[in-house]
Amino acid sequence: MGGYFTELFTGAKSLLDGMWVTLKEFPRRPVTLNYPHESVKMYPRFRGHIELIGNQEGKSNCIVCSMCQRACPSGCISLAGVKPEGEKKKVLTKYILDFTTCSLCGSCVESCNFNALRFSNEYNLASTRKEDFIMDLLKRLEEQNQ
Amino acid sequence: MSLTLFNVVLAVIIAISFVGLNAAYLVWCERKGAGLFQRRPGPMENGPWGLLQPPVDGVKLMTKQLLIPGGVDKAIFMVAPVLAMFPALISFVTIPFSENIVAHPIDVGVLMIFAFAALGGMSLLVAGWGSRNKYSMISSVRAVSQTVAYEIPLMITTITVVMISGSLNLGDIVQTQLGGFWHWNIWPLQKQVGFNLLMPFSFLILFVCSVAETNRAPFDLGEAESELVAGFHTEYSSMGFGLFFMGEYANIVIGACLTVILFLGGWACPVGDLGFFPFTHHVGWFLLKIYLIIFVFIWIRWTFPRTTIYGLLNLSWKYLIPISLFNLLLTAGLLKVF
Repeated sequence: MGGYFTELFTGAKSLLDGMWVTLKEFPRRPVTLNYPHESVKMYPRFRGHIELIGNQEGKSNCIVCSMCQRACPSGCISLAGVKPEGEKKKVLTKYILDFTTCSLCGSCVESCNFNALRFSNEYNLASTRKEDFIMDLLKRLEEQNQ
Repeated sequence: MSLTLFNVVLAVIIAISFVGLNAAYLVWCERKGAGLFQRRPGPMENGPWGLLQPPVDGVKLMTKQLLIPGGVDKAIFMVAPVLAMFPALISFVTIPFSENIVAHPIDVGVLMIFAFAALGGMSLLVAGWGSRNKYSMISSVRAVSQTVAYEIPLMITTITVVMISGSLNLGDIVQTQLGGFWHWNIWPLQKQVGFNLLMPFSFLILFVCSVAETNRAPFDLGEAESELVAGFHTEYSSMGFGLFFMGEYANIVIGACLTVILFLGGWACPVGDLGFFPFTHHVGWFLLKIYLIIFVFIWIRWTFPRTTIYGLLNLSWKYLIPISLFNLLLTAGLLKVF
């Protein structure tokens, strides 16, 4: 019989404790983010797909040495360049990343000796078409310059 | 109050719109409250603070197809949602919102409300039976055993209050509690309740029972979605489901009204009668009190997890019924002595 009332009172007290916990949270501000209208700012070290680094004139640092192409284990980078008259270095004319097979290993970024590649902060990538993930990074650089 | 046709029609329109509006906007309150208790914003896309959500939901429900699964007992299947909504609507007839605002003061008002509340339990049984679905059947058996278990302490507690006020008329029950919050039935130390120290506990019993009667969390064993899909309304789509939903929220309002009338002084102002300002007038106080009770309903729902079926029945048969029976005897004795 003693257990009957102690169980009743401890039970009631624990219920009241629980209600006090939720009541304290009630007037506080929401901790969630109103997603489609606002989104999290991505951390600077987030590893999104690669992108070209622009120098002061907005051009790429790339000299088309093709080290990244060779370093890529899945062969998703293809690039081309030309050597203009009277210049020492090649100039990049095409840089295509096939993101469908990229595993974000970062070998290309590591292998680049001319500070031309980095990871982007892009994380909102969704599409129903495969072609959307074959990216022209040179075009992306131009868009970033604008 | 003269019973002309115009008055009757007006009363019916006001009653139905009150129930409908409450049912629709309590869903909004519930979702908003759930959001705030869980530190989310809640509904906020449709209109300011999501206030247009209920009409949008209503349109969605009404335009959906009313699907009747093969092999169900058609007549029973169709009757069940109506049976869930209509007793709640009827019960509003006798609830006094103030001295004058009551559709029809019935001398056995308390009895009538309980009779129709029992009919609500019946609708769950009929829905489960008519759906031809194992889960619905299990759910309705649970819901009915729960309704039976919790109606007993609810009624015993109500009998206590009826003995104190000497009337089954809800208006008369409020009349005995007028004149300040210290006259309310919840307080033990007054002559009219016979100095019964258990009065706050019987208020708690009544409150717990009205939560359980409305099949709400933490007592929502009937629609335990982790085990029974959606319980008795698994097979209902469109407005069939909508009626169950509206019936549930109308029942919540009835439960809150009953708690307020029996223990919290109904339309009585807590500090005598201030009379002049609309909000401090009778109806305002009554609505304020029932919405406070409904807030506690929502608060409880979003605090506690669902109980088990045996925990639920243990609480009723081992604690609520013996305590309320003891309280009934004690009140009867004390009323005789004082």
